Amino acid sequence: MACSEERPRLSNAIFTRLRALLGTSGVDRDARGLARANPDTSDALSLVCRLAHEEGWKIRVEGRGTWLPPDAPADLVVSTLALEQIVSVSPADLVATVQAGASLEALRRRLADYGMWLAVDPPGRPERSIGSVIATATAGPLRHGFGPVRDHVLGCTVATGDGRLVNAGGRVVKNVAGYDLTKLQVGGFGGFGIIADVHLRLRALPRADVTLVARGPRDVLTSAARDLVSVHLLPSALELLSPALAAESEWVLAARFLGTDAAVQADVRRLGSFGDQKWQPLPADRTAAFWSVAARGSLGGPITLRLGVLGDGVDETIDLLSHDLDEGLISAGAGLGMIRWTGDAPIEQLRSLRRAAAAREIPMTLERAPWPVRRALGHFGAYREGVGQLVGRLRDTFDPGQCLTVALEGADNA
Amino acid sequence: MNSFLFDALARIVGSRWVKHRRGELATYSMDGLPTHEAIPGVVVMPGSPHEVRELVRLLHLIQVPFVARGAGTGLSGGALAEEDAVLITLTRLNRILRVDGVRRRASVEPGVVNARLSEAVAPLGLQYVPDPSSQAACTIGGNVAENAGGPHCLKYGVTTNHIVSLEVVLPDGSVTRLGSEQGEPWGPDLVGLFVGSEGMFGIATEITVRLEQMPESVRTMLADFTTVRAASEAVSSIISAGIVPAALEMMDQACVAAVEASIYAAGYPTDAAAVLLVELDGQSEAVGGEAQTVENILLESGARAVRSASALGDRARLWQGRKKAFGAMGRIAPDLAVQDAVVPRSALPGIMDRIEEIRKQYRLTISNVFHAGDGNLHPNISFDRRDPATAARVQLACRDIMAACVAAGGSITGEHGVGSDKLDYMPWIFDAETLGAMRAVRRVFDPAERANPGKVVPVHACREWHAVKSARA
Repeated sequence: MACSEERPRLSNAIFTRLRALLGTSGVDRDARGLARANPDTSDALSLVCRLAHEEGWKIRVEGRGTWLPPDAPADLVVSTLALEQIVSVSPADLVATVQAGASLEALRRRLADYGMWLAVDPPGRPERSIGSVIATATAGPLRHGFGPVRDHVLGCTVATGDGRLVNAGGRVVKNVAGYDLTKLQVGGFGGFGIIADVHLRLRALPRADVTLVARGPRDVLTSAARDLVSVHLLPSALELLSPALAAESEWVLAARFLGTDAAVQADVRRLGSFGDQKWQPLPADRTAAFWSVAARGSLGGPITLRLGVLGDGVDETIDLLSHDLDEGLISAGAGLGMIRWTGDAPIEQLRSLRRAAAAREIPMTLERAPWPVRRALGHFGAYREGVGQLVGRLRDTFDPGQCLTVALEGADNA
Repeated sequence: MNSFLFDALARIVGSRWVKHRRGELATYSMDGLPTHEAIPGVVVMPGSPHEVRELVRLLHLIQVPFVARGAGTGLSGGALAEEDAVLITLTRLNRILRVDGVRRRASVEPGVVNARLSEAVAPLGLQYVPDPSSQAACTIGGNVAENAGGPHCLKYGVTTNHIVSLEVVLPDGSVTRLGSEQGEPWGPDLVGLFVGSEGMFGIATEITVRLEQMPESVRTMLADFTTVRAASEAVSSIISAGIVPAALEMMDQACVAAVEASIYAAGYPTDAAAVLLVELDGQSEAVGGEAQTVENILLESGARAVRSASALGDRARLWQGRKKAFGAMGRIAPDLAVQDAVVPRSALPGIMDRIEEIRKQYRLTISNVFHAGDGNLHPNISFDRRDPATAARVQLACRDIMAACVAAGGSITGEHGVGSDKLDYMPWIFDAETLGAMRAVRRVFDPAERANPGKVVPVHACREWHAVKSARA
């Protein structure tokens, strides 16, 4: 693969070409001197991609640089930092259109002004870009009550690797016109194009937000979580946090209830009277900090991966993680499943874990890792029979010149 | 179609399950939308996933197009096959393969009837939530193809939110499994891409769905309004208050009149301009509290009266008129064009006024019964298709309604699909590049474009995306 560090003259030429396209303010250089395009509209983004495609340049896409490390080898960087507008907010329809580079925090503040929110709490920092969250489909504990990231995205505009602009989906909450191309972009890790803007489904800000925590041995807590799911309790999050992630001496099970006062109070009362577990309500002023620490904890190591499990597989899969890697920083949807692990491990150990998980029919997605790990293992690794061919053809469709430097499968499976 | 093909098909499924006589084929010439008609070349009815695979392999070998069909309850002319195509009817694949109450999953064949699945899991305290009005007849396979909705999708999401894994036969006859039982996509979200592809990416032969716990408590409320606008505004106020009802349905006066004149009469006030049905579910105490809030909102928005029911029988009575509305409309005229479009919720009052104008302009009978909570309209036009002049006016009215919804920032379909019916409207909401992308994605699954040909994407309106030979594979 061409890499500009070996080709400084090419980098200068790219810089000049990009400046001609985007103007002086639209181009700068990253920390390593690589030309970086900062398009501020989807049209400009599309032009950059088209130019790269025609010239055969490799693109590294960057958001706000707080999640995936900006280390993929490339001839130029395409940053979404200048795509930071919150384009429109419609309180009556509970829909917003947001450019991909807007930060979660900026969106949260803007929506709060209207009494609305996006019910997504991804791992990482509040400055993370919306585009990063959607491209990596990194849902947090609220996945339990509000669904995965895909459920919040009504549509998006994407620039393909060869600079075509595709407007997938729409701005209404129910829509089956045409194929659902949005789904390909959510969790596609940028392998099918660069997200320019998205239409998001919002909710009215809940009147009440209460978190209760229980502490104890892991198996006791997972068992309690499974029991909770089978009774009529509707937490918005039911998350198991490892001691390291929760910065406590024991495992923590946290139940978060969001909604109307009546609903939350009813749930909290019922939780208190259910089972043997001792639940402690978090003081209101500590709730946000508690969940923020848990989200940031996922940045406590260079590698983050998620394992798709169901509630009854959480314990066994954490055992597997502990055995193959280490207990580390773990956040697990204790009710309905999905485990996120953060830490450090050699490639061979991660490969072995993925094989062991696959043997148990558990998909393992590499959410975040340095480029050598991503390149070797890929975000997804080996696909099931027949799927790899479909994914390969889809990538050829959306990036025919292979300009987007994204390791979906990894070198192991190429 | 020739006897060689009929014989080859019969060798796979048995001659009993191959229909090619004119009279037999007529049964399959329409779906639930009476404005489109096509006679397939032959109908074949496989009895197992293996037979589906063998059929698709054969059709790939001889390069014959095919159309998969469930119960034929679709409302977009999506499951119609022309005479050069084979119609593969999947209703014999009707086994519920597995139900796992602990993990809340069920795996079914595509021909399982929607309501049958919910009945089967009800003893476990579980339900399969998407509930199209045709749920007593429509199949899960058809629901997957169309990404079907229903009244209770407001809170729980449409079909795509409930499908975790699919075994599919691609148009070349190869078989692959998409997604995982856990719901975590195994790679890119190909389940999400496949659901709603209207039978153009292949045939799902095994569908694994997510089941939901039955709510502990349910409260159904019926409110009547003297203006459609007031009812529409009540809808927005409920959602803005942070309450997400399980269902939030509206019926206009014409619809109520049809219901109350039929055997399905539910006691709805016939002088009301609009009736709202609001259903809340969840924990009993919470439902009680939210019901009070909703009642207040309804009354403040101008509701003349609010009736409320919690017991199953009482709730069923409130729902009866809504559930049987389409049946009741059968009394008005021989044919019913059930339309489907979406507008942003805030555009509801304006769009209802516009539909009324269109009704007057084309001198038609239009009844509105729809999912108001998510802005999903169903203007239903009663007519007699034997009168060509009326049928032509119906088409013009449908077109104008779609144009008004698109102008309001909406979509041409919320749950019925594009099929044949809305092909011409696709360029209204998607540019040539995006339509080209859709066609290119279709070719990834079906390079020869033989699966359900001619539907969804108007080929003439697509910018060309050149097929690229994979250098990656």
